[in-house]
Amino acid sequence: MPDTLTKFIFGRLTLESLPLHEPIVVATFVAVALGGIALLGAITYFKLWTYLWREWFTSVDHKKIGIMYMVLGLVMLLRGFSDAIMMRLQQAIAFNGSEGYLNSHHYDQIFTAHGVIMIFFVAMPFVTGLMNFVVPLQIGARDVSFPFLNSFSFWMTVGGAILVMASLFVGEFARTGWLAYPPLSGIGYSPDVGVDYYIWALQVAGVGTTLSGINLICTIIKMRAPGMTMMRMPVFTWTSLCTNVLIVASFPVLTAVLSLLALDRYVGTNFFTNDFGGNPMMYVNLIWIWGHPEVYILILPLFGVFSEVTSTFSGKRLFGYTSMVYATVVITILSYLVWLHHFFTMGSGASVNSFFGITTMIISIPTGAKIFNWLFTMYRGRIRFELPMMWTLAFMLTFVVGGMTGVLLAVPPADFVLHNSLFLIAHFHNVIIGGVLFGLFAGIAYWWPKAFGFKLDPFWGKVSFWCWVVGFWFAFMPLYILGLMGVTRRMRVFDDPSLQIWFVIAAFGAVLIACGIAAFLIQIFVSIRRREALADPTGDPWDGRTLEWSTSSPPPAYNFAFTPVIRDNDAWWEMKQASYIRPLAGFKPIHMPSNTGTGIILAAFSVALGFGLIWYIWWLAALSFVCLIATAIGHTFNYHRDFHIPAAEVSQTEKTRTTLLAAQG
Amino acid sequence: MTSTAITADTEPVFHLEEEHAHAEGGSTMLGFWLYLMSDCLIFAMLFAAYGVLGGNYAAGPAPKDLFDLDLVAVNTAMLLFSSITYGFAMLTMDKGRVAATQAWLAVTMLFGLAFLSIELYEFAHMIHEGATPQRSAFLSSFFTLVGTHGLHVTFGIVWMVTLMIQVARYGLIEANRRRLMCLSMFWHFLDVVWIGVFTFVYLMGMLR
Amino acid sequence: MSAHDHAEGHGHAHGGAAHGSLRGYLIGFILSVILTAIPFWLVMSGVIDDKQATAIVIMAFAVVQIVVHMVFFLHMNTASEGGWSMLALIFTLILVVIVLTGSLWVMYHLNANMMPGLHDMREMP
Repeated sequence: MPDTLTKFIFGRLTLESLPLHEPIVVATFVAVALGGIALLGAITYFKLWTYLWREWFTSVDHKKIGIMYMVLGLVMLLRGFSDAIMMRLQQAIAFNGSEGYLNSHHYDQIFTAHGVIMIFFVAMPFVTGLMNFVVPLQIGARDVSFPFLNSFSFWMTVGGAILVMASLFVGEFARTGWLAYPPLSGIGYSPDVGVDYYIWALQVAGVGTTLSGINLICTIIKMRAPGMTMMRMPVFTWTSLCTNVLIVASFPVLTAVLSLLALDRYVGTNFFTNDFGGNPMMYVNLIWIWGHPEVYILILPLFGVFSEVTSTFSGKRLFGYTSMVYATVVITILSYLVWLHHFFTMGSGASVNSFFGITTMIISIPTGAKIFNWLFTMYRGRIRFELPMMWTLAFMLTFVVGGMTGVLLAVPPADFVLHNSLFLIAHFHNVIIGGVLFGLFAGIAYWWPKAFGFKLDPFWGKVSFWCWVVGFWFAFMPLYILGLMGVTRRMRVFDDPSLQIWFVIAAFGAVLIACGIAAFLIQIFVSIRRREALADPTGDPWDGRTLEWSTSSPPPAYNFAFTPVIRDNDAWWEMKQASYIRPLAGFKPIHMPSNTGTGIILAAFSVALGFGLIWYIWWLAALSFVCLIATAIGHTFNYHRDFHIPAAEVSQTEKTRTTLLAAQG
Repeated sequence: MTSTAITADTEPVFHLEEEHAHAEGGSTMLGFWLYLMSDCLIFAMLFAAYGVLGGNYAAGPAPKDLFDLDLVAVNTAMLLFSSITYGFAMLTMDKGRVAATQAWLAVTMLFGLAFLSIELYEFAHMIHEGATPQRSAFLSSFFTLVGTHGLHVTFGIVWMVTLMIQVARYGLIEANRRRLMCLSMFWHFLDVVWIGVFTFVYLMGMLR
Repeated sequence: MSAHDHAEGHGHAHGGAAHGSLRGYLIGFILSVILTAIPFWLVMSGVIDDKQATAIVIMAFAVVQIVVHMVFFLHMNTASEGGWSMLALIFTLILVVIVLTGSLWVMYHLNANMMPGLHDMREMP
């Protein structure tokens, strides 16, 4: 019975599962394979494997993990953006009887993958990476509360990304839209592996996200330097705290909902089916209980970035610190009271819709307060138009427009007209690109010198900035117009030729954004080449205000030779005012966590488990599950997870810095 | 929020001379509590699913046809006993008595296993009668909610065995005490969830 | 701040969280036995004729019992972990209430509006 044996070994994975009939995918695969082989070859040639494994893959240093998150986000941004520009191209040419160049099977996967990747594997890693890198430095801590957990969380996120990427070449991805509504995502209408890839990629990454949320909350609550009361925390730390509270309180919801969907698909239960008492609308209800807080998970940390950037580059204390904190907390709580505005049209009736419409309008108030705080911080400040500040200004202009269209959509009758239209697409890209992405670029430009010891090249940064900002307006303003004309989202071909011009303009915008991304990559490349000229030996290139600027760039493994004492919310600014003296002697051994490969191994087993479940390769799933549990238990038998950096080594590191600073004069 | 006035005669202190003692594992209890809270939300979702779908019998069996309250009462007793015996384990742990701690943990585990056996018996009985998770949305959400709780108990037992081995090997060292305290929170938390289950699912189900 | 410091204190035998005493555990146990037994008895014997009233009473018992478990078994108090545990608990409970009542409310109205006459899904195949 060889057939049964093949089925046992490979599950439903067959040669037909490889998308050899899709020339675009095959070409992509060849390009990725060649690039991958070249990369792996280069790493082997330069004998970097040991270095990478020892210094990065097994690292529990929050700074390195933070940087790895950013790299993951950047790589996935390229994938997510390729999907975007393919859609734009398809929609720009699929007129007058033309079918475009993408078949529906492929096109549906692309818009699903674009949404999933951009939210879960671009925005989330970027945001988590930024928080991971910055928060411990800002609160004067040496690492996070649970360094091993941090490494594990990161690799689980990578594991989820690997599963999504695998779906491109092995099998297919979901064709359901990024939230995989049943009954379309049920086994009856999506019998293939696409939705299973979706479920298990998000489950694997979701574990990582939840744990990293717990980790950062504990870090912020428990590891603050003495004197840093809650109301002396930098705003970025505050927004990070609220973000992580949202993560811990909403990702379990996603986990539960996707588990129920998985049960429907695998076991045949009837949660979201059309018969036997199931209710697909319950899925929509439940997943948006996660979905709306998720929006604030993405934007809140960037509000923190903008606060830091605005006050630093205006040379002023942040206006309305207390109101900023309260606005953040209010947003955190209110974000749980608005989820129904994503499905006003579902038919819950006037009373329900008006409640959620009103809460949605209320949530714009604290956000508006924040905008005014930033404006007042800039008012009469000595503004330096460095790159981070430019991104911040672009954010304020763009985001306010996005916010206003959001309030417009919060009006239920208006939503009945605009629901599922391109107006909605334009709205959320308006806030996510204008808010999250611009904020990330501001944050990257701002903290890059801290992470690597040299600034980013300003010329290419400005090229990228203008391409992005102008490209954004070209790409999404036509979508607002189309949405008002009633064009719905996720269309592959169009009948009305008069619409084409708008899609062509939008595609032009997407090309400009592509230039912006290219300029960003060139900026990184050029900056690395010119690192000597762009070097910042002081550790404080922007005349910063918070603690991370008090240590060297890049910071030593232990961050601070001595735990700083805080007396002000602009702690470093206040220290500079009080003529801070760097300690030069009296160093003591520093207690640090040891590196461990357990995190990456556990994540590898999780990926294998996910792959087994996706393809019904039950032996692989069972085996990797057993290995997963065994490794996790085995890890608890390791009681020696830390070491001390000898005082002499600390002394040596600090002496190097003293020399550098002295050379500055 | 103004900075403390720094006068000329008091030299400002910029850093601590001594290592600031962030005790190892100082965040563990809080971190574990936060994990429990996130777990609590998973259960909240399952309760919500049961609350919304629990009345959809699809012309199949209803709670009255299926639930045996005597069995549920025995089951509840098992979990309650296991809670108090875990409490005794913690008390003996405080006194540093390894053997007694191990004994109480073993008793707790037996009660846990008894709970699981009864639950499995109940499930098997229902499935045998044709009340499978696939039969109706009510049964889907019932099996998922109660089963998830059961899985947690199973996981707790695996964890307990691991900890018993570790206590046997390394004694009641600080790290092991901390782990036992985490498991204690986990175990009592499951008990709290069970209060919700027997009230909301079984007792209220019988009232329908 | 004292609770914060206390939680960070190193190496003391009782760890960070407050521990129970034998008395505490026994009180908790006895209370929970009573609080479990009464609702079971109420439902099994059907003492209260009105089902809705019974439901409200047993829910009240459940809430009280959850508080008992929190206090006597989980040693919840405002001081543990500097109040953060309590804050996390309250926040979670608020969310649980929002999620449960919100879902029930939303879905009830949906069913009422979209399936008029079919409120009762019990017998729907």
